[in-house]
Amino acid sequence: MSEIILNIAGVNKRFGGLQALTDVGVKIAKGQIYGLIGPNGAGKTTFFNVITGLYQPDTGTFELDGKPYSPSAPHAVAKAGIARTFQNIRLFGEMSALENVMVGRHVRTRQGVFGAIFRHKAARQEEAAIRARAQELLDFVGIGQYAERTARFLSYGDQRRLEIARALATEPKLLALDEPAAGMNATEKVALRELLVKIQRAGITILLIEHDVKLMMGLCDRISVLEYGKLIAEGLPAEIQKNQAVIDAYLGGAH
Amino acid sequence: MALLTFDTAHKPRQAYTSMAVLLAVMLVFPFVAAQFGNSWVRILDMALLYIMLALGLNIVVGFAGLLDLGYIAFFAVGAYLTGLFASPQFAALLESVVNYHPELQDAIVRTFGEDVRTNGIHLSVWAIVPLAALVAALFGALLGAPTLKLRGDYLAIVTLGFGEIIRIFMNNLNDPINFTNGPQGINLIDPIRIFGVSLAGEAGSRATVYIGGFGMPSVNAYYFLFLLLCMVSIFVTSRLQHSRLGRAWVAIREDEIAAKAMGINTRNVKLLAFSMGASFGGVAGAMFAAFQGFVSPESFALTESIAVLAMVVLGGIGHIPGVVMGGVLLAALPEVLRHVVEPAQQALFGKVVIEAEVLRQLLYGLAMVLIMLNRPAGLWPSPRKEDRPAAALAKDEKEESEA
Repeated sequence: MSEIILNIAGVNKRFGGLQALTDVGVKIAKGQIYGLIGPNGAGKTTFFNVITGLYQPDTGTFELDGKPYSPSAPHAVAKAGIARTFQNIRLFGEMSALENVMVGRHVRTRQGVFGAIFRHKAARQEEAAIRARAQELLDFVGIGQYAERTARFLSYGDQRRLEIARALATEPKLLALDEPAAGMNATEKVALRELLVKIQRAGITILLIEHDVKLMMGLCDRISVLEYGKLIAEGLPAEIQKNQAVIDAYLGGAH
Repeated sequence: MALLTFDTAHKPRQAYTSMAVLLAVMLVFPFVAAQFGNSWVRILDMALLYIMLALGLNIVVGFAGLLDLGYIAFFAVGAYLTGLFASPQFAALLESVVNYHPELQDAIVRTFGEDVRTNGIHLSVWAIVPLAALVAALFGALLGAPTLKLRGDYLAIVTLGFGEIIRIFMNNLNDPINFTNGPQGINLIDPIRIFGVSLAGEAGSRATVYIGGFGMPSVNAYYFLFLLLCMVSIFVTSRLQHSRLGRAWVAIREDEIAAKAMGINTRNVKLLAFSMGASFGGVAGAMFAAFQGFVSPESFALTESIAVLAMVVLGGIGHIPGVVMGGVLLAALPEVLRHVVEPAQQALFGKVVIEAEVLRQLLYGLAMVLIMLNRPAGLWPSPRKEDRPAAALAKDEKEESEA
């Protein structure tokens, strides 16, 4: 197996009386598209939020690209190299598409108050580089022509793309997508799939949560299945499809 | 607003022409206004200070989306700082210290010289302005720190409390050590002196300032100083807005969780917004104290915070030209009303039917209600929201659904 980019083990997370995650872990090889599936309420998004620092885990070890990282704060995780999108799109609605992506460059740039006020050479160069890179990314996800549009006026599919472009702007090693196909029609799903493959080819590992099993089977290199906060299966898509525990989880045990 | 535009990104020529025209008008204005009496220029002086306040608050409320109802506290901090370090007040402070900590008094006298005992400390404007900005920024961060996890209404309540705390402190910090002279306020604050020229005019000059051989009333001199400071404020805030930092502020306003996930350290960036905003308030406060020569806690009541917030919201939240306009309207119009209404009523009815102050409150409230109903984004909002009228939007959506 090739190099491991994300290695997470032993994650437990309890919300009051509810054990949301029990000893969950994943190992993702560099360059893969890795799927995480499970019925509603299985804990997929909780796991995502733990990985990306939005929730604090009770236990767990976290390693990104061979180095341990601490998921204690979302901005630190973004800096370490994990970028994410959200299940219910969270764009900066009043900003233009371009500005949204420019915000994504924040973590890889450094001009502060002084640079902002005096706009010295380094500040101007950095600003120009941010703008150029943001436009490149918009072109990459296929919405370059909408750069000046206010984000909340974009169509639903384009908002999803914009969110991905914004995440890519942080130069992630791992791109974590929370149900990117939710609410999309068949055509949009095909286009999304093409985009994800394109991102994979650009050398970025993808961790994907999705409900659409059909989409996942064709797209993912490996899949983990969560149910009631526990991993019940892990393997190649073909193996998962035949796994009795997975079938039971999705269809109910007594079918 | 079709004629004046300040959109340098899209219509640079028109924008710079507008600025030049406006500047020319502003420069000539006091000389014209002075023909009708110095009080008109004085009104403008106060309006300019309010504009500075509104611009500072706009960083916090407009850019970062943090509703701050205690902003006037920073104005108070700047004003009292000037009161303490540019008036005889420090002598009073020393006098009060002597009963409690004579050794502290000795230490102060040793540092500043025997003169402190009778005359207090008189720092120059070059020290006062940066000091006011710095101390206010510090207070901004102090206020910001405990409110980092709060948003919206909760934040508003806490900041409101903070504003009141500062005012009450100013009211009571005359004992055991007399910092603020309590409700009486601090008197005899030095006027601003730039390169040896006092902006209040030298003694016996009947408040006329002579620069070279050219004399003008003191209020005009202050007018130009405040105008300059306002221009600096506009420059700085607009530079901040269109920067990496400004984008981070707006991102936090739009969606704080997404901003965090994009790698923005929201704690630091929010504290920076509070500090930067507060520093404008501090400088405006220092100018206010020197201009009036007197500060007392009454000037920093909650209604003042609300007035400044109203300027920001009414003008066009987050849009600098709008905020400036809001400042001009809300600061100057009531004063203009005061000068116009009563004489007008005298002329019409032969007596004053409604007092100016009553009418002012009435119109103020009415204006706010009407504007919030008809133009909730403010009188002069950011252009983007209007650049896409509903019709064009519907057309786009239709095309997309057909595609």
